[in-house]
Amino acid sequence: MFEEVGTTTEGDLIINVGPQHPATHGVLHLVITLNGETIKNVEPHLGYIHRSIEKMCESLTYRQFIYVTSRMDYLSAHINNHACAMCVEKGLQLEIPPRAQVIRVLMDELTRIASHELWWGAMAMDLGAFTPFFHAFRERESINDIMEETCGARLTMNYMVPGGVMHDIHPNFQRRVKDFLQLYKSKIHEYDEMVTGNVIFQNRMKGVGVISAEDVISYGCTGPVARGSGVSSDTRKHYPYEIYDKLEFDEVLETGCDSFARYMVRLREMQQSIRIIEQLIDNIPEGDFQAKTKAVLKLPKGEFYSKAETARGELGVYIVSEGGTTPYRIKFRSPGFSNLSALNHLVKGGKIGDLIAAMGTLDLVIPDIDR
Amino acid sequence: MFLKQYIKDVWGAMKSLATGMKRTGYYFTHHKEIITEQYPDNRDTLVLPERFKGEVVMIHDENNEHACTGCTACELACPNATIKIITKFDVDAETGKKKKAIDTFVYHLELCTMCNLCVEACPTGAIKMAQTFEHSVFDRSQLTKTLNKPGSKIREGVE
Ligand code: SF4
Ligand code: SF4
Repeated sequence: MFEEVGTTTEGDLIINVGPQHPATHGVLHLVITLNGETIKNVEPHLGYIHRSIEKMCESLTYRQFIYVTSRMDYLSAHINNHACAMCVEKGLQLEIPPRAQVIRVLMDELTRIASHELWWGAMAMDLGAFTPFFHAFRERESINDIMEETCGARLTMNYMVPGGVMHDIHPNFQRRVKDFLQLYKSKIHEYDEMVTGNVIFQNRMKGVGVISAEDVISYGCTGPVARGSGVSSDTRKHYPYEIYDKLEFDEVLETGCDSFARYMVRLREMQQSIRIIEQLIDNIPEGDFQAKTKAVLKLPKGEFYSKAETARGELGVYIVSEGGTTPYRIKFRSPGFSNLSALNHLVKGGKIGDLIAAMGTLDLVIPDIDR
Repeated sequence: MFLKQYIKDVWGAMKSLATGMKRTGYYFTHHKEIITEQYPDNRDTLVLPERFKGEVVMIHDENNEHACTGCTACELACPNATIKIITKFDVDAETGKKKKAIDTFVYHLELCTMCNLCVEACPTGAIKMAQTFEHSVFDRSQLTKTLNKPGSKIREGVE
């Protein structure tokens, strides 16, 4: 009975972890029960950056509430906005012009690369390698420059609006994206050289933080966390939105179930995003970039739901409308929250040194967990 | 057996270290490929893209005239009460009729999230986003700005 994992007994050590991962500086508080070096229990404490975004959205109009959601998962800001815009469009039964659809998908995939890029750098830094962090930022910077030129901001763009996108793409956009693809392809083997093939890295990732396919499903994990355990969960494939059903790309699946599998999923997902961008960048249809909408949007009475695949998994947006200009109730189903719930399962019974590696591969963005 | 594995492990580790170090060596000898920007020193050559959202400004022409009618569409579009439009009544010199016009366009930079919704909402294109950044000041009150310039008036023909 005394050996049972999860119960505190005399002689156990209770410690607070962080700052180690970028998230554990104080916004995520992990209380860990240790028996020697073995983790008996991990308890994440949330609430340090709670801003009640869902409640706030109830007092904002449909045009206004979308921009607030960039502040949730700020690394996938575009995709958050996209999911919200789609929900409003569903309510209004708006037809989105083909040009806007293509621009949206391009922006989403660029965002996905930028997000995985940052994760890759932070992951290596968690394990003690500093150089990859700078290399990741170098490539991410070129994406940010492209975003800045077209959307006017680098992180919280507010570019997706109900009916399409806010501005047309910048005249330089296509050329710069193609330049980026060139640069990226010449750099991607560096990632393998520096990190993937490294002995220390492999030893610290393989067999660490194992979670089976059944457990992934029962915890409700989505995104690369689910796909690392071989669970097919790509919203872009299963519930295609915009033009995803017309595109050729693979859903990346790994069956390792450990941290290394989740690492490989993200690495290969970036290459799939490149594939999508390559198919679209020369085929942006002419036409409007925004459908005609009224100045004040009013959703009919009812409930609306839409979802999109962010860099971390499935983001669901649920709007209850009473027919007015502001939503009656909004609920976000964020991927980070479900992924974090599996943390205890991932590390329980393992060594304290493996906690950071396992947690890093969950790709936590705290405002996404704690809205 | 143990010794053989041990040597193999050491050899494998050395090899993977060398692979990583090769990259370091590459950048050491190819410093043209390093793209670090020396930020505060490159202010003179730093050009921000035209769409960069730095702060809201009102467009004034050379006659100190603007296109703002005081319709408050921007104030209503703003999600966090960044804008306050104070209006007054102008008396037309010829007809003697009273006409609503803008008195002060108050803009709280400290509240602005650069979402661009006000610019989109303005029917006359009177405001736009400027490319300024580095907004830090010592006193918070300096961030509350009046966007219409002193003595400016509405351009003829703007309704
Ligand atoms: S940019 Fe957005 S937050 Fe700033 S004043 Fe305009 S509407 Fe308000
Ligand atoms: S800036 Fe534009 S929207 Fe705002 S009050 Fe003036 S005319 Fe109206």
